[in-house]
Amino acid sequence: MKDENELLVEFRDFGFQYNAQAEPTLYHIDLKIRRGEKVLIAGPSGCGKSTLASCINGLIPFSYRGESTGKAMIRGRETKEMSLFEISQTVGTVLQDSDGQFIGLTVAEDIAFALENECVRDPQLHERVRAAASLVNIESHLHHAPEDLSGGQKQRVALAGVMVNEVDLLLFDEPLANLDPATGKTAMELIEDMRRKSGAAVVIIEHRLEDVLHRDVDRIVLMNDGRILADAAPDELLSTGLLAQNGIREPLYLTALKYAGVTVTPQMRPGSIHSLKLEEAQKEKVRSWSAGVGEIPPRKDRKILLQAENIHFTYGNGYKALDGVSLTIREGELMAIVGTNGAGKSTFSKVVCGFETPQKGRIRFGAEAAGIPENAGSWMDLSIKERADHIGYVMQNPNQMISQTMIWDEVALGLRTRGVDEAEITKRVEETLKICGLWPFRRWPVSALSFGQKKRVTIASILVLQPEMIILDEPTAGQDYRHYTEIMEFLRTLGSRGFTVVMITHDMHLMLEYAARCIVFSEKKVIADDSSAGVLTSPDVIARASLKETSLYTLAKMCGIRDERAFVQSFIDYERKNRRGSFASAETASTGTEPGNTEQEGAQS
Amino acid sequence: MRNIFNYIDRPSPIHDLTGATKLVCLLLWSFAAMMTYDTRFLAMLPVLSFALFVISKIRLRDVSFMLGFTVVFMVLNNVLVFLFSPQHGVSLYHAKHVLFSLGGRYVVTQEQLFYHLNLVLKYLSTIPIVLLFVCTTDPSEFAASLNRIGVKYSIAYSVALALRYIPDIQREYHEISQAQQARGIEMSKKQTLVKRLKSAGAILIPLILSSMDRIEVISNAMELRGFGKKKKRTWYMARPFSRWDILAMILSAGLLVTAILLNVRNGERFWNPFV
Repeated sequence: MKDENELLVEFRDFGFQYNAQAEPTLYHIDLKIRRGEKVLIAGPSGCGKSTLASCINGLIPFSYRGESTGKAMIRGRETKEMSLFEISQTVGTVLQDSDGQFIGLTVAEDIAFALENECVRDPQLHERVRAAASLVNIESHLHHAPEDLSGGQKQRVALAGVMVNEVDLLLFDEPLANLDPATGKTAMELIEDMRRKSGAAVVIIEHRLEDVLHRDVDRIVLMNDGRILADAAPDELLSTGLLAQNGIREPLYLTALKYAGVTVTPQMRPGSIHSLKLEEAQKEKVRSWSAGVGEIPPRKDRKILLQAENIHFTYGNGYKALDGVSLTIREGELMAIVGTNGAGKSTFSKVVCGFETPQKGRIRFGAEAAGIPENAGSWMDLSIKERADHIGYVMQNPNQMISQTMIWDEVALGLRTRGVDEAEITKRVEETLKICGLWPFRRWPVSALSFGQKKRVTIASILVLQPEMIILDEPTAGQDYRHYTEIMEFLRTLGSRGFTVVMITHDMHLMLEYAARCIVFSEKKVIADDSSAGVLTSPDVIARASLKETSLYTLAKMCGIRDERAFVQSFIDYERKNRRGSFASAETASTGTEPGNTEQEGAQS
Repeated sequence: MRNIFNYIDRPSPIHDLTGATKLVCLLLWSFAAMMTYDTRFLAMLPVLSFALFVISKIRLRDVSFMLGFTVVFMVLNNVLVFLFSPQHGVSLYHAKHVLFSLGGRYVVTQEQLFYHLNLVLKYLSTIPIVLLFVCTTDPSEFAASLNRIGVKYSIAYSVALALRYIPDIQREYHEISQAQQARGIEMSKKQTLVKRLKSAGAILIPLILSSMDRIEVISNAMELRGFGKKKKRTWYMARPFSRWDILAMILSAGLLVTAILLNVRNGERFWNPFV
């Protein structure tokens, strides 16, 4: 008989320092997790939350070496006296990268992996795999290879792979990182479902707070600078300002309430938009606030920069990726292209850059698109390299682009291959480094930078070629709110310098806050082209593109506001107006950042 | 993208054999073919492998690319042997039946042509059977098979992992190379060799770095799920041997025994019709 309240994890004044680091990563950690509990560990990048997770699943001390103080215990035994395998019987870990942790050649083999290592024989082996697969609803895909699965399905497989061992605690490291909004929502429902069925404790490490709170959690543990700052029920923690102060994005409905002058208290049950209770007076405050924001006049129509007309594209293996896509991008726009995996958004950007050639349709660019007849060479005739002089493409993972050891050389690479003379290179690299806030690091090696700074290096290496437009694939993936804001504010300055910025993303906050316009891809076609507020308040588009309606929409309904779209728009406008003041200081602050101190967790290996 | 192993899933008696059986048979067959130059025996093997192709429902055009490749190598090999050692057959078979002369030391003899026939038969008796193995063995079963014939499971599993990640790495290579081309790095033949080597670095360095990240993730994931805990492990895809498996292995062992016996009877590796 299992003890309902058994203490599974206990930290007592625990501290940890990696061998490769000068400072400890964790200080004075006191934490208890009991069977059946669901705990969210939140905090900005580098706060130590991933290190804490490694201390729970045994990667520390068994894979990563370092000095620890105090006690870390699993079921009353110190982890350093156990083995990694013993700990894995109690703690099942689902890593952040659900693709990278897929070990088997097929779903069934991947789920079976832990059992194979335990020497479980048939028929139990096959039976238990089938049972675990049906638990997460993936049994119809048992013989599929990982590349035939969607991100959400891979995560189900990863979950089944640890559930098969009947563990007592499920540990999720950033489970939402690679999922589109609708799949993220389903993932949180699935996790809750698993907890109910198995009675296991659940620990979620994540900084996307609002998305995790889609299903109830018992406690939120807030971390920063290696310390636990708060360990409280969501209703209580969300009533304080602690989250925002520590670089965690509050749920949007709470931000709106605060803008409207409503004081949030635990009694209002602010833990979730569904539990939130508002009095009539408070609703009135929200209504009058939204009415008083005042519109930002829309920008005047600018010249057309890029025009795609009826693009059809089928890959060599017969997979059709674009089915008649037409769209227009104007000069100086900051816009988003959204949609699920396989909707065609990445393929579209490849066609634009010339990596792939469409079977049908054409793209016009610059003077050609604006309809100016003279010197309008055809875009479709240009090579990849020639197109790159006009449109820059920034990949999602900066590590996939950086090939030089020094920042200066990396930024200069594109100019050198184009045979630009050294004096001109020096001038342009200097200029670009200044724009990108990398000037203080110009003599640094790339390896000393944090992930977000590397991302800026890759953007700089594209900007130095002076393109009119840049396309960024998931510019904020894997970044916490602070770095994210830093990058986005930076992109916004580019917009005001006349660059056209196109972001391919499934990040809802990103489009809501920054993109003025949003093009939605679904099923290989463009299904919407509207303001972000318009897209996120249109139930039909949301459903078809696997997006998630914003909690602002729900809040508007709750307050009896008829025009939800206008409400969301006034929220965006309000943020934009208020942000403008703090903007200049944000830029200087970002250039002043010391390199290397932001990525303690990444540097451990 | 899974077909780097080129597994073709068509139900047949050959597909039904376990991976371990096929691997054992392949090894026995290859040893037999390598051991002897008995022309009669070597001539039988291609006929036999053709029959196996028919039974396994694998068509020649499924493997036409690799077969074409083999033919090119075979021709090249023969030409080179003749160029460097036109009298090799004479010394092997201790006889000289001159057919005609091409001038200089290039005198064509029956013995030399017979030796070339043996070379061709060697290719035809080994390559098709390897292709058949590749086409009829589920890659998932391969690691289990290696382990079953005595290869340590950690090594067997690294083979499986390579099969799992090669398509991913190919895709990543493609993406990186596109992005680097956009920055002006040319990989085309228009560039000088030095420049091309430098360009290759611009793609390989990011590829290697991101592969290192991948290795860290996967090794953590494997350890967290108990890999390496015990001396042995079981395999989801492993199947028990059936009567047919045993029979196939006995027949293949028969081939090897035949090859050995022929060598003993001939007194050497070559069957000599000339003396």
